[in-house]
Amino acid sequence: MRDIASILPLSVDRVSFTGEGRKLVDVVSFAVPAGGLTVLLGPNGAGKSLTLRLCHGLLKPSAGEIAWANGAAGRVKRHAMVFQKPIMLRRSVEANIAHALAAAGISGIERRQRCGAALDRFGLGERAAQPARLLSGGEQQRLAIARAWALRPELLFLDEPTSQLDPAATRQIEELLSGLVAEGITVMMSTHDLGQAKRLANRVLFLHRGRLVEDRPAADFFAGPLAPEARAFLAGELIW
Amino acid sequence: MDFGAIFQAAFALMVGLDPAFLAIVGLSLRVTLTAVLIAALIGLPLGAALALARFPGRAVVIVCLNALMGLPPVVAGLVVFLLLSRSGPLGPLGLLFTPTAMIVAQVILVVPIVIALTRQIVEDLWAEYRDHLRSVGLEGLRAIPTLLWDGRFALATALLAGFGRASAEVGAVLIVGGNIAGYTRTMTTAITLETSKGDLPLALGLGLVLIALTLAINAIAFGASRIGARYAG
Amino acid sequence: MTAIDRRLLLAAGFYAGLAGLALAQAPAAAPPATTAAPGETRFITVSSTTSTQDSGLFGHILPLFKAKTGIEVRVISQGTGQALDTGRRGDADVVFVHARAQELKFVEEGFSLERKPVMYNDFVLIGPKGDPAGIAGTKDIAAALVKVQERAAPFVSRGDKSGTHIAELALWKVAGVDIEAKKGPWYREIGQGMGAALNSANAMGAYVLSDRGTWLSFKNRGDLVISVEGDKRLFNQYGVMSVNPAKHPHVKFDDGKLFVDWLTSPEGQKAIADYKIDGQQLFFPNAQQAGA
Repeated sequence: MRDIASILPLSVDRVSFTGEGRKLVDVVSFAVPAGGLTVLLGPNGAGKSLTLRLCHGLLKPSAGEIAWANGAAGRVKRHAMVFQKPIMLRRSVEANIAHALAAAGISGIERRQRCGAALDRFGLGERAAQPARLLSGGEQQRLAIARAWALRPELLFLDEPTSQLDPAATRQIEELLSGLVAEGITVMMSTHDLGQAKRLANRVLFLHRGRLVEDRPAADFFAGPLAPEARAFLAGELIW
Repeated sequence: MDFGAIFQAAFALMVGLDPAFLAIVGLSLRVTLTAVLIAALIGLPLGAALALARFPGRAVVIVCLNALMGLPPVVAGLVVFLLLSRSGPLGPLGLLFTPTAMIVAQVILVVPIVIALTRQIVEDLWAEYRDHLRSVGLEGLRAIPTLLWDGRFALATALLAGFGRASAEVGAVLIVGGNIAGYTRTMTTAITLETSKGDLPLALGLGLVLIALTLAINAIAFGASRIGARYAG
Repeated sequence: MTAIDRRLLLAAGFYAGLAGLALAQAPAAAPPATTAAPGETRFITVSSTTSTQDSGLFGHILPLFKAKTGIEVRVISQGTGQALDTGRRGDADVVFVHARAQELKFVEEGFSLERKPVMYNDFVLIGPKGDPAGIAGTKDIAAALVKVQERAAPFVSRGDKSGTHIAELALWKVAGVDIEAKKGPWYREIGQGMGAALNSANAMGAYVLSDRGTWLSFKNRGDLVISVEGDKRLFNQYGVMSVNPAKHPHVKFDDGKLFVDWLTSPEGQKAIADYKIDGQQLFFPNAQQAGA
């Protein structure tokens, strides 16, 4: 599957999304090339989560276009998503991973191998037979990432993956994400945690009220954002 | 009323293992369990589909199904009776006054319960799972197996509710079965008969046996789902 | 195709198979056989009254018939009116009830070729020991009913168009009481079978007309006793008819006729006479009595 043309860069072209009569995402355009970790930054209600869902295909844009480099993404997606609150099936840790693989059409020996690899890679081997819903919050998010990783995505979306975790679990997840980037997986995540954005991001997309107000390399953005909203956000002033 | 006589009658029935009594218990279980199985085969997928589908008139369908949960057994029995009577549209099948007719009537009573409860359970589960299932490409019909499997312990309760309704009802099986001794006589129709013969201790004794059976089946199902839930979270 | 799709396909196949099975079953279940295929239970369906069932008569005579002929008799016990309707719809092969006029009408309508008298028992007026109408031990049923009505003593009526109900209405007429006009809260129509009526009478301390057979085998008597018996007008005749195959070609006419013939044969008549509760004979065979 790796030898076929890459789905990246992803191009988001003048995409809007209207809900409840309001423009929740307002003519947003950007591209995601292969590699690196892009952070969607912004206060609550900026449209970060919606943008991720639009990219992943969970929502249809009201206007504009989302295109993958290889044209139609094909039957099997090569991008995966991890949600703010981990969605754990009422099954064992291993069965959670196996289920996602089955849904992607992977069966037999390959499914078992990929399951085993994901459990090892994310340190869940000992938990394999336990009910997923009895794991701690941090472990659940780790399983959610392992489950997504087993699908071998080129691009991984994460929606505020650590907002419900304690600092120790947060650090663990952040290390995992750095590892994924090092492995060559392109990561795009939303957060409203400035420190996290500083620690992880190569690039920042700053959203405010559904509009993309700044799109710059992370170092430049944190050195001195251009948009007044971004400056206010960095200064810790709540803006809505 | 002599309560000692009631317990004595119930005890004698359970210990005596009279073949006629065992045949009645066997038929009751066979008819009701078959009806619940068929209702599950019909109701689980339909209920799940109803949970996921969005179509005009869906609310009307849901309200109707909820109302059908309260369908008087006598009415269900009468409808099946009129259908299966030799003078009715399905008369040539010759099914009236047979255990098959009783199963048909009970399926009609149980299916709305299974569909309505399945819809509720699957809809709640779908609300929780939706993002992830859609993310891995399971939408519409393709999501149903996952939802039914993960909801299996809650769904077992729905089937138990159906079992309770079927095993407790007398109106429908009396009309379509005819309470024929040794052929279509169930626990509930036997209770009706013994009551009309004025043998109230025997009638109540039969009732106690029925309650004990229902209790046993519920206890088994509860225990099984408890143990299962421990392994599935 | 993914594993989930395969599972869906499997499920679809399973349901298609089930539907196929059901369809294959339908014609198999539909032989309009008048006699059972070898290996199958040979049976006839008889619609009869609650009194024959509740009194236990069938439990006594049907095993004898089965031992002789190998035919199982499946009895649906209903009120006489309903039992006749079951025959009219073709849902029974034989009708065995007790309401002579209605039986003759059944034959007249062509639903049966012939009605045969089988046996009789008698009705008894049951009432509470306290005897609020003051009729205990009398023999004149007409006079007794008049007193019940005059004193508005509680009276339970079957109210279900059964043979007993029809007999009760006829007795009111004989007594010269227009029950439709005179009935009040004391006259309670329960619309249920004989046993239920006796249970109700026991609970309400009411009078009730019952066939003697059901009364003798009834166990929940409480304070109830026989108030009036022995009047010739309390006579209760049973008749049997097999359903006319010209009306309903599927009925098991031959096996039904075997049952009718056996009931009215010396052997069947003796079986009926032999049925006793506490030494008391419940039914009196009279198949040979002309005009019964």
